[in-house]
Amino acid sequence: MSIIQSKINTRAEDFIARHTSMQAAVSDLREKVSIIEQGGGPSYQERHTARGKLLPRERINTLIDPGSAFLELSQMAAYKVYEDNIPAAGIITGIGRVSGQECMIIANDATVKGGTYFPLTVKKHLRAQEIAEQNNLTCIYLVDSGGANLPQQDDVFPDRDHFGRIFFNQARMSAKGIPQIAVVMGLCTAGGAYVPAMADESIIVRNQGTIFLAGPPLVKAATGEIVSAEDLGGADVHCKVSGVADHYAENDQHALQIARTCVANLNRKKQITLDIKPSVEPLYPAEELYGIVGTDLKKPFDVRDVIARLVDGSDFDEFKKNYGTTLVTGFAHIYGYPVGIIANNGILFSESAQKGAHFIELCCQRKIPLLFLQNITGFMVGQKYEAEGIAKHGAKLVTAVACAAVPKLTVLIGGSFGAGNYGMCGRAYSPNFLWMWPNARISVMGGEQAAGVMATVTRDGKERKGETWSAEAEANFKKPIIDTYEHQGHPYYASARLWDDGVIDPAQTRSVIGMGLSAALNKPIGDTHFGIFRM
Amino acid sequence: MFSKILIANRGEIACRVIQTAHRLGIRCVAVYSEADRNARHVAMADEAFLLGPAPSSESYLRADKILEIALKSGAQAIHPGYGFLSENTDFANACEANNIAFIGPPASAIASMGSKSAAKDIMLQADVPLVPGYHGADQDPALLKAEAEKCGFPLLLKAIAGGGGKGMRVVNHIGEFESALAAAQRESQNAFGNPDMLIERYLTKPRHVEIQVFCDKQGNGIYLAERDCSVQRRHQKVIEEAPAPGLSDETRKAMGDTAVAAAKAIDYVGAGTVEFLYDEDGSFYFMEMNTRLQVEHPVTEMITGQDLVEWQLRIADGEPLPLQQDEIRIRGHALEARVYAEDPDNDFLPVTGTLHYLRTPKESAHVRVDTGVIEGDEVSVYYDPMIAKLIVWDEDREQAINRMVHALESYRIGGMKTNIGFLRQIADSKPFRDQELDTGFIEKHNDLLFQTAKTDIQSQLALATSFLLETERKTQPNKDDPDSPFNLQTSWRLNADYSRPMEWIVGEDHHQVRVVEHRTSEKQNGYEISVDNVSFNVSATLDDDHLRAVINGHRLSIHGHLAGNDLTLFREGHQFQCQLFRHTFEDSDQTSGGSLTAPMNGAIVAVLAEVGQVVAQGDTLVIMEAMKMEHSIRAPHAGTVSEIFFAVGDLVSDGAALVAVTLAETPAAEEE
Repeated sequence: MSIIQSKINTRAEDFIARHTSMQAAVSDLREKVSIIEQGGGPSYQERHTARGKLLPRERINTLIDPGSAFLELSQMAAYKVYEDNIPAAGIITGIGRVSGQECMIIANDATVKGGTYFPLTVKKHLRAQEIAEQNNLTCIYLVDSGGANLPQQDDVFPDRDHFGRIFFNQARMSAKGIPQIAVVMGLCTAGGAYVPAMADESIIVRNQGTIFLAGPPLVKAATGEIVSAEDLGGADVHCKVSGVADHYAENDQHALQIARTCVANLNRKKQITLDIKPSVEPLYPAEELYGIVGTDLKKPFDVRDVIARLVDGSDFDEFKKNYGTTLVTGFAHIYGYPVGIIANNGILFSESAQKGAHFIELCCQRKIPLLFLQNITGFMVGQKYEAEGIAKHGAKLVTAVACAAVPKLTVLIGGSFGAGNYGMCGRAYSPNFLWMWPNARISVMGGEQAAGVMATVTRDGKERKGETWSAEAEANFKKPIIDTYEHQGHPYYASARLWDDGVIDPAQTRSVIGMGLSAALNKPIGDTHFGIFRM
Repeated sequence: MFSKILIANRGEIACRVIQTAHRLGIRCVAVYSEADRNARHVAMADEAFLLGPAPSSESYLRADKILEIALKSGAQAIHPGYGFLSENTDFANACEANNIAFIGPPASAIASMGSKSAAKDIMLQADVPLVPGYHGADQDPALLKAEAEKCGFPLLLKAIAGGGGKGMRVVNHIGEFESALAAAQRESQNAFGNPDMLIERYLTKPRHVEIQVFCDKQGNGIYLAERDCSVQRRHQKVIEEAPAPGLSDETRKAMGDTAVAAAKAIDYVGAGTVEFLYDEDGSFYFMEMNTRLQVEHPVTEMITGQDLVEWQLRIADGEPLPLQQDEIRIRGHALEARVYAEDPDNDFLPVTGTLHYLRTPKESAHVRVDTGVIEGDEVSVYYDPMIAKLIVWDEDREQAINRMVHALESYRIGGMKTNIGFLRQIADSKPFRDQELDTGFIEKHNDLLFQTAKTDIQSQLALATSFLLETERKTQPNKDDPDSPFNLQTSWRLNADYSRPMEWIVGEDHHQVRVVEHRTSEKQNGYEISVDNVSFNVSATLDDDHLRAVINGHRLSIHGHLAGNDLTLFREGHQFQCQLFRHTFEDSDQTSGGSLTAPMNGAIVAVLAEVGQVVAQGDTLVIMEAMKMEHSIRAPHAGTVSEIFFAVGDLVSDGAALVAVTLAETPAAEEE
């Protein structure tokens, strides 16, 4: 037991300033999400509901256990990416409890471009499947989509991680015993037809759901046959004649009730081998995170004040507290689940990298999930550090992170720059989940540094040619670079491109991590085999 | 003393008799119908025999079978309880003929009191006062007028052939008599074709006061005080008490002596009750004598400290009366409330169902619950829908009433409507507390007693919602993973406030509810619950069935029971029922039009459709009768009647398919 004594003065000017700026960032996020939640907008939603169909979020609310939580993923997907506004990339994904089991739910939003797949729609769908596969979560597809977005076919169809991968994943997950359940609540055309056809069990809604390889217009063009959509691939055809669907539903509610029954019959149970304790709330209010962290990355904070607001009872047993102090490592519980925390508290040095690698070994040996709290500008640079082998010490940390077979969850709570991103389990290291706070920034280096590097190179070139470069000209040169880095390093830009699993409110972080851990524990934790650590 | 007796009854009275018999070391034989296989009285008895199917005529009224069982099992006596065979002279005779003691009066005494007019003649001869009046055949107007003067005013003119208030007149003084007589005769002639009138003294505030008597085979008789059973509903006693409030010792003695005289006049043996109409002026008139143990006997036991069933057994065994008249002491005050499965808001129609949830008040020296059911039992159409008798005792009437109110508040039954709230309303009403008793009590105070029916539905539904939410939170899907935030963080959404829609049904009305959670801590939730756009701030904790809630700052404590989508809330004796609206679907099968099922247990009274008949949506196909009401079973859609599963007179159980109707055409075909 070592309770973090967090001595924060909530009346201090600095605290209030940080709080105000973070509050503004969170408000902006919530406002954007509330607009995104309206999907294709009121007129398309009305057209959708007038057919007796539920909106995709209503479908999810009906599908999950009454009153249970839903962890939505990648709400900002496709935000300001395409000329057209494609809220949430036209597909809602997330983890919810169905008949007592945590499931991955993937729901097309037909109010957004008919639910067609843009490149990022595909990416979001595949990411959801990836999470399901990595965490052993049953997949429930609520299908209502016109298939690939034809104008974007070159970025949707041909490559490995394009449309076809959806069905590849279905087959591979089914093979691993991860149930695949499809509910056909609207169109399911062409490739989309394979979602229910590849599913373990499928449900189709009368007069709404259709499954066919080619819709009536294509059939007419190809063979001249004139046939209605319902007769071509409706519920009656598929439940009574073709056998493509297994369950016949009267309407959306009915279909979702059947889906719940299907899950209830899976004979699956979450097997937890961890030593779980009763959940205890942190001693300090989560909202204080706003005032501790703020949005100015240049202003430091003690990451222990953050940890104190995330873990059970603010109880954190530190490991190697007095060694490599810029990396904080230690054991705690979140919602009763044991977790090993690795958090930046400054730049990474050789000692901190070795400490991190050691701690990861401990957690893997003990099968304790890892939580990375990223706020890293990078590894220390300079002759002294290169000479002491910071590259090989950093490599040890990266090796440990890459090989760790325990669940890994990463939250970007500040900067995520350069190799620090690798050592702290960035996206490339396949953490089970990765989230960003609204104040976070991600790029190969900071905008200032990048502009500085490029300005130095330019100045050196000019000076070699005997040219001069005024301070004003240099500033004008650097500004667009800094702006571009700021723009591309922003969480919305990152989240829009699925570099993460969502931008989250710092005050909800504990819940988000808890749900992530809960989901990850659906898969038994295996043994870790590390690669060669360069000594 | 007997070593083995048979109890020819069921329910609470059978249990009651067994209890005393066991205390006296007597073995008990129970009998039961098919509906009562798992009943409490069967479980309590030392042995039990099946009588036959559920209807009484095929089970508890089968005197022949009961005697056969008594002989087979070696029972020396039969206790008939009340109802069924308790006042059946043939049965009493048959017992005697088979050398089995009938725990009750001799057949001759039963017979004497069986006919009301014969009984009145006997009482007249024994100087027992009867309501003054004239019942003669001579209808000469002058004679009637003279008889009226003899009877005294106010009086009642009643059509001999009458009923339903027709041909009835209250006459307040002699001056009104002639015109009232003419009018009543005219009305009677029109209504019944017979103008003949009878005259009776009209009691303006009559009370029902009855005397408990006991006689032994040695010819001794005593009385064990009286009971006031004035609170009645359609001649059905609702609340009884002893002693009768405001009755003087002299009147008690006068009534008691009269009652004993009445009993002796028919050579009575055992427990009997002489019922009187008691007028405000202290006069009393014989109504009838019940030759059995009464339902409400416990109030007498509570104030006298005697076990009346033990007395019955001793007397039937030939022992003399356990006490002399001057040894009978009255102490304190006792009340009994009859808990019924019935719907006070629907004209007290009996209801049936399963006692899914049953919590009785804690029994003590002050509180007694006589019941024949346990949680999970059925209240069926076959027998009296009485669930229990709640009896309380205290030093005086006021304290006893407080006890009763409190006990009713902790009596909770889920699964069906009951009269508990209504009983509490009576017990706690001012006129009842003020002893303003008469047999018209309930009618007179109708508005007062039913006012709580109009409860604030919105706040009740806010509590109902809170109960549901807390129940959901308690429902752990995985015991190995109890604190997963998927369990703890109810209705949690990322970066958004989720307002959860819900729909409750109360009676026929649908109410829209939205819930926004605001968490004060992870394990204690607060909600903003909006019901029909009325907003409530609620926080609550649920402990088993007990919800402690703070609703808009008001802390209160209620109990609830959730069975599927049906929620019953109990608060201060009142029951509030609501149903969560959820889309539920039967396993769908397009090819069949579905069957039509019985909405409850009942009997088929008419079949209006024939197999092969083409019917339109809404056509009545079958009429069934259940709970004294007719229910029409209508076609849910157009189609052809393909099968009828029952015929007129058949008994059907809840949910049984009655008719099958094939769809006229499939919706798909309609599109073509």
